[in-house]
Amino acid sequence: MLKTRLGKDLLRNKWLYLMILPVLVYYVMFHYVPLYGTIIAFKQFVPAKGIWGSDWVGFKHFEQFFSSIYFFRVIKNTLLMSFFNLLFGFPAPIILALLLNELKSPRFRRITQTITYMPHFITLVVVAGIIRYFTLSDGLINDVIAFFGGARISFLQQPESFRPIYIISEIWQQIGWGTIIYLAAISGVDQQQYEAAKIDGATKLQQIRHVTLPGILPTIMIMLILALGNIMNVGFEKIILLYSASIYETADVISTYVYRKGILEFNYSYSAAVGLFNSVINFSILLLANYFSKRVSKNSLW
Amino acid sequence: MIRTSRGERIFDFFNAVIMVLLIILTLYPLLYILFSSLSEGNRLISFNGILLWPQGFSLEGYKAVLNNPTILSGFRNTLFILVVGLVINMTLTSFGAYFLSRDGVLLRKPIMFFIVFTMFFQGGLVPFYLIVKSYGLLDSLWALILPTAISTFNLIIMRTYFMAIPKEIEESAFLDGAGHFTILFRIFIPLSMPVVAVLILYYGVGHWNSWFNAMIFLQNQDLYPIQLVVRNIILENDNASMLGTTTLVQSRDVAETLKYAAIIVTTAPILMLYPFLQKYFVKGVMVGALKG
Repeated sequence: MLKTRLGKDLLRNKWLYLMILPVLVYYVMFHYVPLYGTIIAFKQFVPAKGIWGSDWVGFKHFEQFFSSIYFFRVIKNTLLMSFFNLLFGFPAPIILALLLNELKSPRFRRITQTITYMPHFITLVVVAGIIRYFTLSDGLINDVIAFFGGARISFLQQPESFRPIYIISEIWQQIGWGTIIYLAAISGVDQQQYEAAKIDGATKLQQIRHVTLPGILPTIMIMLILALGNIMNVGFEKIILLYSASIYETADVISTYVYRKGILEFNYSYSAAVGLFNSVINFSILLLANYFSKRVSKNSLW
Repeated sequence: MIRTSRGERIFDFFNAVIMVLLIILTLYPLLYILFSSLSEGNRLISFNGILLWPQGFSLEGYKAVLNNPTILSGFRNTLFILVVGLVINMTLTSFGAYFLSRDGVLLRKPIMFFIVFTMFFQGGLVPFYLIVKSYGLLDSLWALILPTAISTFNLIIMRTYFMAIPKEIEESAFLDGAGHFTILFRIFIPLSMPVVAVLILYYGVGHWNSWFNAMIFLQNQDLYPIQLVVRNIILENDNASMLGTTTLVQSRDVAETLKYAAIIVTTAPILMLYPFLQKYFVKGVMVGALKG
């Protein structure tokens, strides 16, 4: 029954299926095969035997990771980086969106938007270059420090300055772009509520607190769930452009560790195990965040 | 007439001040690079403090960029990736979006699930690397085109847009004897120019800015895209051997401004293009966020 129904459908919509075929081939080749390839985390990958032919070793690589001295360090660094990024980076575009919304001149508002969106399109290679030049011991920031009589510091060699550098540059690059979704949410807030608030004598700040913020709360919650779901995903691109062995202590996160162990040191199986561990934790956090949000504020992803 | 209160005027004033500060903070790093690229190398090296104007005026850095074989081949490679990549990106994305927006196709839902599933579960860096390697794509520009042929996020943006096109248009085209390919390319795409523009921008910026895949998949320096070349130039300071034999044999002064000129030359095209497409962004981001 199903077979004939499917057969008829395939025949009737053959041109449509022909269209989707290359798309499916793409997803199989570059998503599903690599997904299946994560089984090397449970194998001892030997290039000569290939992914499918290598021998099974069970949880050996996971145990090795859990007992390694790097385990605690990379998890701590990942969580701290995410935590501070969330603490400062998450509210920043919300605040900017609220302020942009209050600008009287549409022209001024548009100019501010255009300019603050710009860094989003700049490649990390260039952002990292700017960070390097600015933080050099004879760079701009140190020139200013020296002008005020301070001592010059080579920031990128200092473990304690890496997190601030990472987060400040992240905010610089993403604050404007991040406002788009909140501005759209703000434009959906009922205008009558503002009128009512004004009649009641509410000041600007009170209007923002009691009308705008509650109005965009669902959007904020969804964005927060998504951000929490990414808490173990600190991207490696910017970090590997900036870090060096002298600051691994704070700069080395899970993804950079996976990159170094796997791509640079050829410990393919071990590194795949670390990556898999990371994705599992990550997805669990997303589910958990979604569950709590559903319970507490009735907002959820699905 | 709405009377503005004193408190409101104070608020507006500080708000405007904050915005101006933000604009300065956003633009200054970019202007710094621009001023440096136009400066005379020796004066730039000895300069201390906040750069507010080029130190002297010299186009030596730009001349060096345009005469540098590594940078020129970087541009050629990136241009190839951009053009070929975009054709493949847009073709496959519109195929997928069109299929997933059709009613009355039995396998639509399972295929939708099959595709969205990959947004949540990925193989990770190492399996991805090994698989691409096993396809024989190492040291080939195709390694920078095929693995990123479709962005699921972009596919869903386009699908949502296609779903909003009235069914009657499609039906009347069918009556006139048009097939699916004709309907897609002659009717749907022309009706969806805003979303097509946004996707070209997203994919295009992605190709233009990418460097990581090139770094792991390419050994042959002649194939390096521009961003990987720029990365090596930027890192050259602390890692002189990075560029190997093709290292830039220029005087220290020119090398200093060349770094900045290279950044400007690779960043300017995008920054000049994007304001024209800005009005479409909100739509793209919103649709993506709702479905993602």
